[in-house]
Amino acid sequence: MSDYVIPSGWEAVIGLEIHAQLATRSKIFSGASTAFGAEPNAQACAVDLGLPGVLPVLNEGAVRMASLFGLAIDAEISRVSSFDRKNYFYPDLPKGYQTTQLARPIVVGGQVTITTGEGKQAREHTINVTRAHLEEDAGKSLHEDFHGMTGIDLNRAGTPLIEIVSEPDMRSPEQAVAYARKIHAIVQYLGICDGNMQEGSFRVDANVSVRPEGETAFGTRAEIKNVNSFRFLQRAIEFEIERQVDLLETGGEVVQCTRLYDPDRDETRLMRTKEDADDYRYFPCPDLLPVVLDEATIESWRAELPELPDAKAGRYQSEYGLSAYDAGVLTASRATAEYFEAVIARDGADPKLAANWVMGEVAALLNRLELEINECPVPADKLADLLERIGDGTLSNKLGREVFEALAEEGGSVDAIIEARGLKQISDTGAIEAMVDEVIAANPGQVEAYRGGKDKLFGFFVGQVMKAAKGKANPQAVNDVLKRRLDGPDDPGVV
Amino acid sequence: MSTNDSFERGEAALINAPITQLKAWLADGSLDAGHLTGAFQRRIDSIDPMLNSLISRVEPVVPRSDGALAGIPYVHKDIFCAKSTRTTCGSRMLADWVAPYDSTVHERLTQSGAVLLGKANMDEFAMGSSNESSHFGAVANPWDSNAVPGGSSGGSAAAVAARLVPFATGTDTGGSIRQPAAFCGVTGIKPTYGRVSRYGMIAYASSFDQGGVIAKSAADCALVLGEMAGFDPKDSTSSDEAVPDYLAGLGASIKGLRVGVPTQWFSDALDSAVGDAVTAAIDELRAAGAETVEIDLPDADIALAAYYLLAPAEASSNLSRFDGVRFGYRCEDPKDLQDLYERSRSEGFGAEVKRRILVGTYALSAGYYDAFYRRAQMARRLVTDHFQRAFEQCDVIAGPVTPTPAFDRGAHSDDPAKMYLEDIFTIPVNLAGLPGMSVPAGFVDGRPVGLQLIGRHFDEARLLNVAHQYQQRVDWHTRIPPLGGDSSNY
Amino acid sequence: MSLTNDQLQDVANLARISVEDGWTDGLRRDLNAILDQARLLDDPRLDAIEPMAHPLDQTQRLRADTVSETDQRVTMMAAAPAQEGGLFLVPKVIE
Repeated sequence: MSDYVIPSGWEAVIGLEIHAQLATRSKIFSGASTAFGAEPNAQACAVDLGLPGVLPVLNEGAVRMASLFGLAIDAEISRVSSFDRKNYFYPDLPKGYQTTQLARPIVVGGQVTITTGEGKQAREHTINVTRAHLEEDAGKSLHEDFHGMTGIDLNRAGTPLIEIVSEPDMRSPEQAVAYARKIHAIVQYLGICDGNMQEGSFRVDANVSVRPEGETAFGTRAEIKNVNSFRFLQRAIEFEIERQVDLLETGGEVVQCTRLYDPDRDETRLMRTKEDADDYRYFPCPDLLPVVLDEATIESWRAELPELPDAKAGRYQSEYGLSAYDAGVLTASRATAEYFEAVIARDGADPKLAANWVMGEVAALLNRLELEINECPVPADKLADLLERIGDGTLSNKLGREVFEALAEEGGSVDAIIEARGLKQISDTGAIEAMVDEVIAANPGQVEAYRGGKDKLFGFFVGQVMKAAKGKANPQAVNDVLKRRLDGPDDPGVV
Repeated sequence: MSTNDSFERGEAALINAPITQLKAWLADGSLDAGHLTGAFQRRIDSIDPMLNSLISRVEPVVPRSDGALAGIPYVHKDIFCAKSTRTTCGSRMLADWVAPYDSTVHERLTQSGAVLLGKANMDEFAMGSSNESSHFGAVANPWDSNAVPGGSSGGSAAAVAARLVPFATGTDTGGSIRQPAAFCGVTGIKPTYGRVSRYGMIAYASSFDQGGVIAKSAADCALVLGEMAGFDPKDSTSSDEAVPDYLAGLGASIKGLRVGVPTQWFSDALDSAVGDAVTAAIDELRAAGAETVEIDLPDADIALAAYYLLAPAEASSNLSRFDGVRFGYRCEDPKDLQDLYERSRSEGFGAEVKRRILVGTYALSAGYYDAFYRRAQMARRLVTDHFQRAFEQCDVIAGPVTPTPAFDRGAHSDDPAKMYLEDIFTIPVNLAGLPGMSVPAGFVDGRPVGLQLIGRHFDEARLLNVAHQYQQRVDWHTRIPPLGGDSSNY
Repeated sequence: MSLTNDQLQDVANLARISVEDGWTDGLRRDLNAILDQARLLDDPRLDAIEPMAHPLDQTQRLRADTVSETDQRVTMMAAAPAQEGGLFLVPKVIE
């Protein structure tokens, strides 16, 4: 979490345009596959290449997914939407136009709730969505050197996108990131986008302007393009706010422009100003007819909606007694929630214990290995096994961590690891009493001092017993027995 | 090699026979499909050098099919993609482009057994009314080599008129089937928008373009259209309206048929001799039992103005894909991306295409959209509403196809605006997406004149029958151009 | 309405078509003739009419989300003016 503070006396106004690739099997207007990572142009069919004479036919899956998004954010699903052409020349745009929805988008309105800050500082904000429309993605230009030429791969051309346009409702980089994360969570919960930012499945452009505090008119904005991580989004907006405030405070003015964030230099760099903006010559696409959706179809899609992040977080609090913060973290991504729910699906599972482990050990492990939770080397069922052994007293939390590390490094079953490493916790009272008695007998001086009021020595005895038990003694049992022996009247050591 | 039968029958009989007759001969074994294609190939060899109606020849493959057109030769307007054939659209831009896929029309005709012999010349990217904008040279009108054959399907019309093939495909965006059919004295039908799939038909103006047929008679058109038409899942603008048996519908009497005659179309703008020929044709319909009613079809000038903004606007976008990157013409040694685009497009497109791209680009550009494009779309509805009202009073509309017979080559090439006026009676039909036909209706100074028949949406069966009934009473469609040399034998 | 040479240059640039020398005057004349005709569209009868985008009174059909195309790169790229390693090549694109 950044502790960035906006320069005093200024307010930032931020709106985001998010492009989410829809997880359809085939492209928006052709039957070519959308799978990532194929040989260049192997998934570019005649339609995707824009060969002379080809025509588009709209993919039902794309319409359904865009509508699911609209339903999830409580937006209006347009009963009639239509496609327009946005005309410009670029080598990765095969037809010389992008088919998109300008005049009549499929999703209108809607809002999401975000939370910034933690604990007492936690604040909720409602961010309004202006619209979300369907459009086709472009291909890719590969700038590696081909004898001074650029290579064009059109596999991505025609992949369906929804462009989600927010109102300029955000006032800080933190809010913008929270909003982007919430949209990211929603599209993943819906299963309509894989959310992979590195592969470009989820791309964020930010419109940023600043104005003196109290001013109601918007300042001139800059659009920051293609920010491919939440961390960069935070940094890019911070940089842009500083740049604009510096300009304005030194008597300069902000020029409406498009900028590119450069993560290596941590700065935004000018791409083009409004003066050389293209004239896109939008007009209704004559190859596609109006898309009309009836109530029954929309209702059948509504019935498909899964439990969404906010509802799930609410349920985690009421049903499992988790804190709002913990519930928020566990539901922030669909994969985390699924992992957590798989862990607590075990009979007798303790949701709070599971929450602590998922947010603690699991998160630390993933962080260390730079993995996503769906790639976690300790799958949910193994963690459930492990927590079961903690629950039944076989393992202490400490031994549990050791088993967890072993699972992460070597795999295998929890019980086999406990067995092989002899990690089973000693809970047998008789054995613990014997060890306690030995320790008390071996340290008469410390016993005397403790009984004379040096309470702090209790830890010394625990340590000695654990040492004798090679760390495997049940700490609670050790405590109980020690207390009884050292404090109790029937102490055999006092004979 | 030839059978005695066909010697007796003679090639003249073959080239003039209705398609149904050819089918009958093929079916009873008195005619061999290979011999039939051979006869037309020889005819092309001897006649086409005078006409330049074909851009490419295609080695015939007699398909194994017992379909409705089994063994019948034809040519495609060179706007239809046929896999492994060069498909140029009459442009330098695609001069060497070999289509890697089949258009739906080609697929259907192949399935029905038709035999492709070549690709017909056309105005570049179907933009033109005289076939003079083709990169592959102008086409001569078979009736008069000084006259244009019309356009843009000029090669198709000339080839059928000269009896180089029994039929040819064409496309009609603003009159491109009907006008050349009229100029060349052959029968052509532009079906309802959405009737024939546009998949694989290189787009000029997508909301106007419609594929159709040019043939010797309405009956031949009916047979071929029945094979081409129908729903195509690859074309979102294709209609799933059922395709009737057009051939079966040809027997019906037209007694009591209400023929609407648009008074405004018989004005000073119409050449009087053409007007007389068209009036005589309408009289013939009346003689066959039809009633005529005067109808009101105003605003042809507004229709023209709207068309010449809308069609170029769509074209400017449709033709953006010709950028020298993935296929087609690419300039030599482009120094950068801008240079690649500008020179490939400037060198690859001809003057008329560039003119229309620029008009369309301007009409769509910021600040002009509302004044041009949007107003033109309103005009489109106005014109469509006029037709709708007219069809409350009549079943078909009859009138001229063009204001004049075929004009001389080079006559309008310096004045595009005047050339555009050629389309004044055909364009309104495309704005409304209605079916229209051109039927041979006589001659003026040795040049053919066409009668235009316009129907309600998806009323092709009625149009074809009216044309057929007319052709039962006249013989204009059976006249063959005097092509000199050995053509006198025919 | 009459198109100036600067406007013509702007339009030509948008369309990526070069208009040079001898051609511009004739072109401007032709374009202006078409734009002159377009004045007919100022007809007030059009004011209340809903624009018509398409002659076909139908709605968009939706295709089932299935993969129907296989890799046809060799065929589809056969006509590429410049290619290497399965990529189309263009002069260096500067971002």
